[in-house]
Parts: sequence; C-alpha cells; structure tokens
Amino acid sequence: MQLISALLSGFGIGSMYGVVALGFYITYSVSGTMNFAQGSSVMLGAVLCYTFALTLGLPMAASIALALLLCAVYGLAVEVLAVRPFASRGSNAWLMSTVALGIVVDNLVMHTFGKEPRSLPSPLAAAPIQIGGLGLGVYPLQLLIPAVGLAMATALHAVSRRTRWGTALLAVVQNRDAAQLMGIPIRRAIAASFALSACLAGVAGILIAPLFNVSAEMGTLFGIKAFAVAILGGITSAWGVMIAGLLFGIAEASISTFLGSGYTEIITFALVIGLLALRPDGLLGVAGVRKV
Amino acid sequence: MIRKSRRAFTSLALAALGLSWTLPSPAAEPIKIGLVAALSGQSALSGEAITRGLQVAIDEVNAAGGLLGGRQLVLVRRDDESNPAKGVTAARELLYKEKVAVVFGGIDTPVALAIAPLANQAKVPFMNPWAAGTPITHNGANPNYVFRTSAVDELVDKGMLAYAQKTFNTSKFGLLMINNPWGESNQKGLTAALAAQGLTAVGSEKFGGSDVDIVPQLTRLRDAGADTLFLVANVGPAAQVVKSMDRMGWKVPVVSHWGVAGGRFTELGGPNAGNVHFVQTYSFYGKLSPVGEKVVASLKAKYPDIKDVSDINPAVGVANAYDGMMLTALAIANAGSTDGDAIREGYYKIDRHEGLIKTYVRPFTAEQHDALNENDYVWAHFIDNRIVPVGVNP
Repeated sequence: MQLISALLSGFGIGSMYGVVALGFYITYSVSGTMNFAQGSSVMLGAVLCYTFALTLGLPMAASIALALLLCAVYGLAVEVLAVRPFASRGSNAWLMSTVALGIVVDNLVMHTFGKEPRSLPSPLAAAPIQIGGLGLGVYPLQLLIPAVGLAMATALHAVSRRTRWGTALLAVVQNRDAAQLMGIPIRRAIAASFALSACLAGVAGILIAPLFNVSAEMGTLFGIKAFAVAILGGITSAWGVMIAGLLFGIAEASISTFLGSGYTEIITFALVIGLLALRPDGLLGVAGVRKV
Repeated sequence: MIRKSRRAFTSLALAALGLSWTLPSPAAEPIKIGLVAALSGQSALSGEAITRGLQVAIDEVNAAGGLLGGRQLVLVRRDDESNPAKGVTAARELLYKEKVAVVFGGIDTPVALAIAPLANQAKVPFMNPWAAGTPITHNGANPNYVFRTSAVDELVDKGMLAYAQKTFNTSKFGLLMINNPWGESNQKGLTAALAAQGLTAVGSEKFGGSDVDIVPQLTRLRDAGADTLFLVANVGPAAQVVKSMDRMGWKVPVVSHWGVAGGRFTELGGPNAGNVHFVQTYSFYGKLSPVGEKVVASLKAKYPDIKDVSDINPAVGVANAYDGMMLTALAIANAGSTDGDAIREGYYKIDRHEGLIKTYVRPFTAEQHDALNENDYVWAHFIDNRIVPVGVNP
C-alpha cells in the first residue's frame, strides 16, 4: 500500500526529471555541449504558458504552442550567445556562460512576472482519480506526464537511430570534419538541437505547472536534479536518461515514505555517486572511444 | 557641446541648491520615526501594510497636536529587500544619520535579528510589528531596546496546540515543517509545547520549498495515526501540502502558523485551502471596537484602493503597526524627550491604552517586551481569497 503510493509519486515526478534530462542528452549527443541552465527553460515554458493563457487570455492550445515556440527561440539564443562563441574556440567557458544566461533569465522573469508564485489551472489536475479507494489518488495529469516522457524518449531514440536526419546528427558527434565534408550542415544541426532541447524543457515546465507553483525560481532545483539524472543515465542514451529519471524519482519517493523526508536528499545523491562509481558511464551509457 | 551640457548641469545644480535654501524651516523640529522593512520583492505587500498602519497612527497623533509640545511625527522609510545585510545598512543610516527616535522593523525575522544588536548598541528603541522569531525580543541584552507588537513563535506553537485541542478535540498530532530555520525553530517549539502536556507528536516530517509532491510525507503521518496536522510553511509550499492531501483524499484538520496568510493561498492550494486554520493577531471582520471603526475610516479616507475591510491586506501588518505606533507615541510622551533610553523607560510606564487589537494594561515591563501573547491570537481561514476569523460570516 505504502509501496504503491511511493511508486505512483515517484513515477510521476521521475518522468519529469527524465524529460528535462532528455534536453541535456540531445545537445550533448550532437555537440558535446549543453545548456547547464536547463531549469530556466523549464521555468520559461511554464511562465510563458501562464502569461499567454491567463494574463493575455489566449486559448490554452495557442498558449502552449506559443510558449513552446518561444522556448525554441530561447534555445537558439542560448546556443548563439552562450555556447557557440566559446565552443568554436575549443573553450569550456560555455559551462559558465550557460549558467550565467540562466541566472539572467530567472531574474528578468522575476522582474517582469513578479516574485509571487501563481497557479496554472488545468482540468487534468482538478479532480483526483482514486485508486482502490485506499487514499491513493492521482491527478490524470500525473499519469499523462510519464506517458509523454516515455513517448518522447521512444521518439528520440527512433529518430536518432532510424532516420537519415538522426544518423546525420550522430555523425556530427563522431567526426565533425568528416560530417561537414559529407555535406551535413553542422551549425544548423547544433542550433536545432539546442532549440529542441529548450522545447523539451518547456514541455516539462508546462506539464508540471498545474501540479506546482509557477514562479521564476521553479526550475532551479529541477534543472540540478535533471542533470544528475542525465549523467546517471549515461548521457548518450535517450532510454538510459529516461530510466534514470524514473529511478531517481522512485528512490526519492520511497526514501521519503519508508525512512522519512529528512534522509531523502542525502541518500538519493549518495546513491547517484555510488552508482557512478560502479558504472562511470551511467546506466546505459557507452564509454567514449578515445583515440590516441 | 560637452561644455554646454556641463554648464547647463552646473546651473541646474545651483538652482536646486538655491531651491533647498529657500525652503522654510519648520517651527518645531519633527520627530522622525524610522521603518526598515521589505518595500520591494516578494514581501513588498507586508512593507506596504506596515507603512499604512504606521501612517494612519502618525496622522492621528499629529492631528491631535503632535508630541512633546507640538512636534509633528514624520515617517522615514528604508527598503531592506528581505536581506539582513541591506537591513543593517538601512538601520545604521536611520539610527546615526537620520537620528530617528524609534525604528520599526518588517516581516523578516533574519533581518530583525540582524538589526536588534545594532539598536541596542545605539540605544534607540526597535519596535517589531511583524517578525515573530522568539529571540528578536529575547536577545539577552541588558538594557534591551527591542520591543514587539506581534505574534511570538514560541507562543504561536503553544497556541496552535491549544487551538487544536479545543476546536477539534484531537490528540494525535503530526508535524509538517518547511525545511529551513523557521520550520526548525517551530518544530522545537511545538515539541516543547506538546512535552509540557506530557504528549509527543505521532510523527514529524519536513519538506522542501520546491517539492511538488508531499504525498510520501503525508502518507507517513497518516499511517502513524495523525488526526491533526501542524503546518509551518509559506504560501507556496503550504499550497503543495493542501494539494497533496486533496489527491490522497485525506481530510484532517490542519492548524498552521501564519505563513499561509501571505496571499493567493486559495489560488495556489485549490478547493481545500479553506480548511487550513491559521493564527492572526487581528481581523477587521465582524463587530469592530470603536478604535477599529476609527482605523477603518481613516484607512478608507487615506488610501483610495481600500473600499471595504477585505482590502486591508494583510490585516495583521496594518493592525500590529498601528498599535505599535500608538504605544510608541505614548512612550515618547512619557519620556518627555526623544532620548532613546528615556523612551525605553517610557514604554514601561504605559499603564492602560485602548488599542486596536486589545486594551493594553501595562503592556511592557523590563522583563516583558512582547505586548501580545497567545490570548490575543485570532484563528482564521480563507473564504475565497479573504482571511476571515473562524466562525465569522463575512
């Protein structure tokens, strides 16, 4: 009974970590770089959707579409402003510049959206479905989130392995110069991966917004946990990342349920370190081949 | 071009200087009342509420002829942005440069704790109309210049227990605290309040400010047999607790500290937010005392956005600040000067005062710097987005 409750909680929250972590996976697979402030993209999705739907009164479908479009534009901006200038010179300064850009965005939102948390209502998070009549209730949205997460992981996996476009992107990682010589537009591929990555984070933000409070700070902790999840899953595998997200979420919920909430963060992050010591390339990751 | 604009600037500056020279000097020097509170950011509403309470009281005192032989009171405000370092800088400016007679504080306990030693050092009274942390007034200084007209955490914890026992007749209490120093100190306070009656909590859980799902913690408390929850958290996290309880279909009384009163609790927490009962020091709903009627009338006259009592928001900030200022005016009158030590003694000499929150009888002594105690607390809940005392139908 407690176990089922913990599994349900963990599954829902874990799949959110997974979706955000997929954003890390995409850009890393294509360019070897990533947006460390992925949490800001999560927040941006939720805040923009709230602004379009409630402040400006647009229909929900249009609000979601516009929010995701702007998230994609933001992803392009991250690549152009915070990654390309450094990565093209072989510098690792994009590590810091993406974090810095995220902080700028968080604070801009704080000034424009306000510091007070708001609520994004959703018909999918209004009445809980009771399971078994034992006080195990979930909102329909909590069931939708894992479904969306798993569908995205499946789609990404299929695209990268089975389509021309996907294999072209993977070729970029394997050998940049050769890929360019084969006529693969590297710059555009990398820019597209950042747009897609921010879009995924935006999807996660919009999905969790009705369960959560919409505010400028809502993405920060999510971003950090999602990064742990991405590394844990083996950042080169879409499935690994998604599974790691679910495991992380279930571990969190189980520890809170069985040992008490005081131990949750200590044990989950200790587990992450332990697992990485055992499998340095993550759960489903493949060790990079280093040529001498 | 540059030279021209520089010349223009110089003449402007001179004009400005000249203007300030020509301002008439006031007949009697005003008495400055300082305020260091959050005037911007997430807690800006609290600073505005305190300002309004103080200003209405100051206007009342001034209209009655001022203090110390006709000297008018003026309010000097500084923003602490809820940041202790900024609060200390602002307080220092008010104490040493503006030379305020008394300085008032804001909503944030950490800021008040940082200013308290400064006020004791400067020997200027520091009046707290909101921050509830126990050590603000119990700071070990002798003489102690820090006073308060607000709730005190330690007493709120006792009050929460007494209220739950009296109202819900329950005995199995589960503690659910936000994972920060405020939650920590109230966990201690509640545990001590329970221990004083030979009771222990059936469970004690913490949760994070950005946790989405509190079901695991709540499940533990439910399985431990909790029939009442004690909640200490601000609006956002507390709303997650209510939503998680809604999902579980678990309905037990929730008795809360006043963190949930920050605003938008019903928007964030959904339909069950109204089931949370929380502490307040005053409510403008229901039958008001003559002082209450007078304050509401003054607020409506001075602030056009206040159309009825539901617009006086948050009520505790306005009410605590109003009473704090009126008691301070009495203390200054008793002191016969603006000397800090004389005002401190002046507070002790207040015998009886018909205040807004209650009739104060010897509110301050050398040992007791808190004018309000658990008998003065009002228990309230949300109806729609209005904070209404439990049992009052607005």
